Amino acid sequence: MIRFNNVHKWFKDLHVLKGVNLEVTQGEVVVVCGPSGSGKSTLIRTVNQLETINEGEIWVDGVNVTDPKTNLNALRAEVGFVFQHFNLYPHLSVLENITLSPIKVKGMDKVAAEKQAINLLEKVGLAHKKDAFPSQLSGGQQQRVAIARGLAMEPRVMLFDEPTSALDPEMIGEVLKVMKDLAESGMTMMVVTHEMGFAREVADRVVFVDHGEIIEQAHPESFFTNPQHDRAKQFLRQLLTPMN
Amino acid sequence: MDFTQIVPAMPALWEGMLLTLKMLVLAVSGGVALGTVLALMRLSSNPLLSGLAKTYVNYFRSIPLLLVITWFYLAVPMLLNWITGTFVSVGAFTSCLVAFMMFEAAYYCEIVRAGIQSIPRGQLHAAYAVGMTYGQAMRLIILPQAFRKMMPLLLQQSVILFQDTSLVYAVGLMDFLNTARSKGDIVGLPHEFLIFAGAVYFVISFGASTLVKRLQKRLAV
Ligand SMILES: Nc1ncnc2c1ncn2[C@@H]1O[C@H](COP(=O)(O)OP(=O)(O)OP(=O)(O)O)[C@@H](O)[C@H]1O
Ligand SMILES: [Mg+2]
Repeated sequence: MIRFNNVHKWFKDLHVLKGVNLEVTQGEVVVVCGPSGSGKSTLIRTVNQLETINEGEIWVDGVNVTDPKTNLNALRAEVGFVFQHFNLYPHLSVLENITLSPIKVKGMDKVAAEKQAINLLEKVGLAHKKDAFPSQLSGGQQQRVAIARGLAMEPRVMLFDEPTSALDPEMIGEVLKVMKDLAESGMTMMVVTHEMGFAREVADRVVFVDHGEIIEQAHPESFFTNPQHDRAKQFLRQLLTPMN
Repeated sequence: MDFTQIVPAMPALWEGMLLTLKMLVLAVSGGVALGTVLALMRLSSNPLLSGLAKTYVNYFRSIPLLLVITWFYLAVPMLLNWITGTFVSVGAFTSCLVAFMMFEAAYYCEIVRAGIQSIPRGQLHAAYAVGMTYGQAMRLIILPQAFRKMMPLLLQQSVILFQDTSLVYAVGLMDFLNTARSKGDIVGLPHEFLIFAGAVYFVISFGASTLVKRLQKRLAV
């Protein structure tokens, strides 16, 4: 479903992705973790080309997204993206946040789009907030709306960049629950997160990134209990220390 | 001092005020539209577009408005004549309107540009991530938020333009101030009429500015 072939990315002199090779298959849930600044966000943003790359190829569902001839708008319409800071549209209501792109990008009619939006809001447990504005919602509620907004485009893949790291601890669970339901429904997901509980319970594979390279890939259980590389061991130790 | 003579002049003064307001509304609409286009050009990654817009803004901010008005009055008919080959009469109103629009656009451009830049990058990314084009992202996501933030500044700039519309006297248009001046001269009471006109400008401008400040406070919370 997603394939990275020897992907390189530079920010000026800074080599942020150093020959990444990775494949995410249909229906798979892959968790990406690694230290701050290791290139996780950059990596996941290259999938829908919010970041361009300098070398290599990325394929999504049989389309070479790094080919200049590829229609990026059509690609992005099929790839959902959930941001760390939600990025809901503050000037629109919850319902409008969700229906805007189906109507404007896909050309769906308003009634159908609203019906679908209500359905999605029910799934994330927020149907009663459809007329609220983002500023009236808690962080966890905003992130659930953001997930519904992504799903409204009926994407083939969902990408998450640290979806819970901007949330108060008591709200993390409600968002992870929605993501878990989504994984169980068969969605292909690539998730940057340090939520080990989620990785253990939901992920099919954990990918450990450091300094722009994939250092280790493993089944979550074996990654957490028996990491192979020193850098992965050190990372997990830091993650487990409460004062990190 | 005899202010009673102003009463019979009221219909004419009202006509003048209507011209002033019509000029203002049209110039603000056109100026904001052109200013928005310029702002998008300035923010574009295309060096030609941003360079053009920058030159435009710097140029119009460096010359007096009075000069632009007289220049357009003389140049616009000539230019149209040159393009169409026939003599077209443009009229003082239209040439002034074009002058105000183009001059004010330079100022509105800077306001709109700052407004767009104040919207977090994440909004643009969110719009792109669902497949919107640049045009859709701007029209549906960025500009509506930016305009909401900029509204006080745009209105403040428009209050300044309200006062500056009086410069149309240079090409003989009978706006509010010019009407007051001419009526005052006719009845031989120029001071009374000018004092009255000044009071009207003050009340409208000060009132509008106060409202804008209130709006600003309300938007701030
Ligand atoms: N737009 C940019 N311009 C220049 N450098 C950038 C840009 N975006 C990211 N970087 C740099 O690239 C490197 C990788 O950044 P990235 O955001 O991908 O890391 P990350 O693994 O997501 O980190 P975090 O866990 O803090 O989110 C960092 O050194 C960062 O400073
Ligand atoms: Mg990141």
